[in-house]
Amino acid sequence: MDRFTPKQKKELQQIGISFVLFVILMVSEHAGLFPDTLGGTVTELLLYLVPYFIVGHDVVRKCLIGIRNRQLFDESFLMTLATVGAFGCREFGEAVAVMLFYQVGEFFQSYAVGKSRGSIADLMSMAADFANREAEDGSIEVIDPDDIEVGDILVIKPGEKIPTDGVVIEGSGLVNTSALTGESLPRPVAVGEQVISGCINGDSLLRVRAEKEFDDCTVSQILELVEEASSRKSVTENFITRFARWYTPTVVIAAVILAFLPPLISGSFAAEFGEWVLRACTFLVISCPCALVISVPLAFFGGIGAASRNGVLVKGSNYLELLSELDTVVSDKTGTLTEGRFKVAAVEAAEGYAAEDIVRFAAAAESGSTHPIAAAIIEACDDPIAQSKIKDVKTAAGKGITATAGEDHITVGNRGFLETEGIKIPDIDTEVSGTNCYVAKNGKYIGTIIVADMPKAGVKEAISGMLEAGVKNIVMLTGDSGKVAGAVAKELGISDYRAELLPQDKVSAVEELLDAMRKKAGGNDADRKRGRLAFIGDGINDAPVLSVADVGIAMGSLGSDAAIEAADVVIMDDDIAKIPAVMKTARKTLSISRQNIVFALFVKFACLLLGALGIANMWVAVFADVGVAVICILNSMRMLEKQE
Amino acid sequence: MKKKFKLIDLDCANCAAKMEEAIKKIDGVTDASVSFMTQKMMIEADDAVFDQVVEEAVKVIAKVEPDCQVVLK
Repeated sequence: MDRFTPKQKKELQQIGISFVLFVILMVSEHAGLFPDTLGGTVTELLLYLVPYFIVGHDVVRKCLIGIRNRQLFDESFLMTLATVGAFGCREFGEAVAVMLFYQVGEFFQSYAVGKSRGSIADLMSMAADFANREAEDGSIEVIDPDDIEVGDILVIKPGEKIPTDGVVIEGSGLVNTSALTGESLPRPVAVGEQVISGCINGDSLLRVRAEKEFDDCTVSQILELVEEASSRKSVTENFITRFARWYTPTVVIAAVILAFLPPLISGSFAAEFGEWVLRACTFLVISCPCALVISVPLAFFGGIGAASRNGVLVKGSNYLELLSELDTVVSDKTGTLTEGRFKVAAVEAAEGYAAEDIVRFAAAAESGSTHPIAAAIIEACDDPIAQSKIKDVKTAAGKGITATAGEDHITVGNRGFLETEGIKIPDIDTEVSGTNCYVAKNGKYIGTIIVADMPKAGVKEAISGMLEAGVKNIVMLTGDSGKVAGAVAKELGISDYRAELLPQDKVSAVEELLDAMRKKAGGNDADRKRGRLAFIGDGINDAPVLSVADVGIAMGSLGSDAAIEAADVVIMDDDIAKIPAVMKTARKTLSISRQNIVFALFVKFACLLLGALGIANMWVAVFADVGVAVICILNSMRMLEKQE
Repeated sequence: MKKKFKLIDLDCANCAAKMEEAIKKIDGVTDASVSFMTQKMMIEADDAVFDQVVEEAVKVIAKVEPDCQVVLK
């Protein structure tokens, strides 16, 4: 029974005892043990009051305190009023039953909510509970992470959580970042490198110098954001709050009217009043909006939790809602869709030469250069020529380079540069687009190395995933030339791109798109009706664009405070495929909340109608109240399940 | 100043919404939220009156849900 808290155990006992007594009384009543005299009725009432108070004393107590504090219309008040009304109409059995089942429902409700709180707490358990601080004399002291000061030396043993952000000063190994990024592949760390709080140390011992206090470290920031996320409410949640505000008073007023008006009209007030009071009590039981008030925020909370477990931080329920209805996705190119650095994309060898040799000679000539293209060629060379053999390096800035490697004279550069050196280059026809580097040996052309900023792995799939998830329009923004942009867009399956943009042009490009969407929606409140736009960037130099978009998504932001600050949705690692995944989560959240709203409202209004007609009795009403609440909560709890 | 408090035995979501509304109406409060899911209350108020505001908020909470306790650190 450890699944229950002491309070829940006590409630269970009360429910059990009360239920047994209730059954005994019902059986006795049907057996005719209570004669229809004044004495018999009083005895019956007193006996029924025993299980009533056993199970409902708390509710009655809260109701009395509520009356004293002038807090009417709360659940306890309504339930007490309804059951007292039933007692007044000599429906003792129903009065006890309503209270009993109300408490059973409340119990399930608190159990379900407690369970979801528990699973959210698990989700949030990425912060370390303790830290090992090394004193100057080398002794180790276990301290609360809150007490860590910047500059403290912390010892992190194998399998322990890293308590705060810091720099490794001794040891190397692998750390597991999955709690933060959802990425299961461990990340290598070595001396001088940053480690981030919340990661789990692998098999080696690390000594780390704390760089931040616990309150400022990555994990604390993330936890704070997720907790605060529920205070940025979605349109759906605000609707529920507004609805709850008028629903309860309206139903209560309706109940009062229902109790008095029909018997007054019919003329035989005394004979019919009791019946109408019972119907009014049915109304009171249905009047609590709890099913919606709990289950809708719970679904959003679960959705935000599911996203953060996947390494995506959604900073508010409202953003989750926007993600579910994205119409346009605008993405930065460099560093977001592409690697952000040059790589050798292809090598075209002239006849009689091997690709490796071309790269090898080019790398030799470029070996002293720091140009990004040179770096890409050097990186691609597996078997470099020894530095000692390379001499006479001459650089023509922005054009090319010449050098002597061993016996050979090497020329590397653009077409114009080689041609001024008197080297003839044939026309090259490749599918790959990028920057062409022509290579010649001893005055003879030997091949071309094509260097390009390559799309990241998985980007193409992510783009088609977004289109499948309902995005209609994907636009790529870049500062690169139209030719390069066009080729990348084509390769990735992006139909629309804007090239040669300066950083400030990106903001106006997004604003233009928003304007176009407003025009398309038309009307006075075009801003509300238009589709939603998300911008994906690296979060470092595109903060203004992130804030112009409806949803600003920053990628690869683990440990970057600025990005976490500027964006609405933060993808902790570099995986763009998480965008369609989080859109799916958002959709599921929204569809669960809608199911709950429709289901709860339908059942409640149906029961109100049937109750007014005298068809639905109090038993049905109790189901409409707590039964619906439990079903809705269970539905919302689906958001907490582990998802693919 | 902005501060967070833990709430114990906050059993009803509707009450949380009521508390939030009532606390927002206290003089000097710039923002407040009561989260049923995380069982936490956040109050943002002027530094000068912060302690009074918290005292007032505790009273408001006791009014709405008598069983609910605020953990004051």
